[in-house]
Amino acid sequence: MAIAAGNVCKRFEDFVALDDVSISVPEGSLTALLGPSGSGKSTLLRVIAGLERPDAGRVMINGRDATALRPQERGVGFVFQHYAAFKHMTVEDNIAFGLSIRKRPKREIKARVAELLGLVHLEGFADRYPGQLSGGQRQRMALARALAVEPKVLLLDEPFGALDARVRKDLRIWLRRLHDEVHVTTIFVTHDQEEAMDVAEQIVVMNDGRVEQAGRPRDLYEHPANEFVMSFIGPVNRIGNEFIRPHDFELRLEPNGSTEEAMIDRVVHLGFEVRVEFSLRDGSQAWAQLARAEADQLELHAGQILFVRPDASKVFTGGGAGI
Amino acid sequence: MSARGARLGLRTAALGYLFLLLAAPVGLIFFRTFEHGLGPAWEAVTTPEAQHAFYLTFVMIAIAVPLNTVFGVTCALMLVRSRMPGKALVNALIDMPFAVSPVVIGLALVLVYGNDGWFGGWLTERGIQVIFSVPGMILATIFVSLPFVVREVVPVLREIGTEQEQAASTLGASGWQTFRRVTLPSIRWGLTYGIVLATARSLGEFGAISVVSGKLSGQTETATLFVEQRFHQFDLTGAYAASMVLAVMALTTLLAMNFLNRRRTH
Repeated sequence: MAIAAGNVCKRFEDFVALDDVSISVPEGSLTALLGPSGSGKSTLLRVIAGLERPDAGRVMINGRDATALRPQERGVGFVFQHYAAFKHMTVEDNIAFGLSIRKRPKREIKARVAELLGLVHLEGFADRYPGQLSGGQRQRMALARALAVEPKVLLLDEPFGALDARVRKDLRIWLRRLHDEVHVTTIFVTHDQEEAMDVAEQIVVMNDGRVEQAGRPRDLYEHPANEFVMSFIGPVNRIGNEFIRPHDFELRLEPNGSTEEAMIDRVVHLGFEVRVEFSLRDGSQAWAQLARAEADQLELHAGQILFVRPDASKVFTGGGAGI
Repeated sequence: MSARGARLGLRTAALGYLFLLLAAPVGLIFFRTFEHGLGPAWEAVTTPEAQHAFYLTFVMIAIAVPLNTVFGVTCALMLVRSRMPGKALVNALIDMPFAVSPVVIGLALVLVYGNDGWFGGWLTERGIQVIFSVPGMILATIFVSLPFVVREVVPVLREIGTEQEQAASTLGASGWQTFRRVTLPSIRWGLTYGIVLATARSLGEFGAISVVSGKLSGQTETATLFVEQRFHQFDLTGAYAASMVLAVMALTTLLAMNFLNRRRTH
């Protein structure tokens, strides 16, 4: 394991940020810490980087106990949500910072910076100041700065959180490709489940300072350990004590014995897919997700009576998973 | 009244106020200094007493300002970055020189360092005289110019936040390297502004120094005390000429301040 955090606890006055958290991250992997705000994911990342001191627990980095080490001794690269660019330095000096601290020869620094500028597609921006760059460019510069010292571990704290939706999507594809090129063990924090599913090989779902579940994106989606994971990773309907994904409804115009009667409240066309919102006879509401062709065939419209049946659903009992 | 009329009226009032209270007196000093030509004025500020007075003012600034700069930055860092208890108290104490009249500060120094004061006797036994001597005057200058650097640096430190410093530490920089290469360059304009203000304040200090100096001409007389002394001895040319020099020095600092302010907002 490249990174292992064991039984980490951290509280800020009355607020318990991390409550006995353990995670392990395999060498060379790309792992997402996913959770709502206040779930402790950023605190965990900062504990791993040494920017926050845990009240209890241990942090191992590449087999070495790093718990007592200062940030500068850990060999980690850290990227902040708001870039933390050195505003008084040019892009070149920003990227060269770690190398010049290590007193590398000038020529070597120059060559390495040029190489990194290429890697993050900022050729020609070497003499600019961070204030002259866009948010996306600043974040790529921050990433190059973190990579310059060849860290054993790269930690990204909501790296795309301050960027607009389009740039976010571009950058996360780019991050995925970059990781394939550089292969440095990477953990990134996000509250966006789509982003986590898109980029990460492993997702650690956090809530209320605890780890709810860790695993591959597909496993989490198909076999969520509990209600929280199911509803956080992907949309979900709750009918009684059953949890049903919107694409797991079967919609029919005629009853077949196992279906329930429902009335359509609204039909929303979202390009390829169609969202059908309906109410059941007991008053509970749910929505189903259909391909457009299917919706067109059924000629769905508001006010229509139809018959629904979940193809698959989950019932969680006392924290364990069930079908 | 029309909006334009109101604006014109306001402008006239503001300019009139400035003229009567600032420009006219300073201008008159200028006029009176050179009333009898350049010669007498030049002579008045080049007497040994005058030269010594300006030299002493320079010594005050040269010692008080660097000390307050180092103290100010350290103190600002502590106030903004550390979580130590007693911060509120320190914060309140720093503003004291703003609130307390310089004369009171002078008297307080006499109470502590005078011959009958707390440390005064102990110091005198060891041949160190603080009150009615240069060390006391330096203490007074340090005291009155103490808050400026802290007060200018604290808001800048708050504004830049800790992320840049944390980024530097993850990149391998030690505490000192982080301070020198990230923190210091980030606060440089606020710091310079604070230094300019502290210099201007030290330059013009009169009240506290007047109490602790003993006003020995050619020995414990700064430029401001020299002006007063000349004035009381009816050497108006001397008083005006020395005031002139002080005014020019203050004006220079003021212009430097203005220039820096413009840099800072960019």
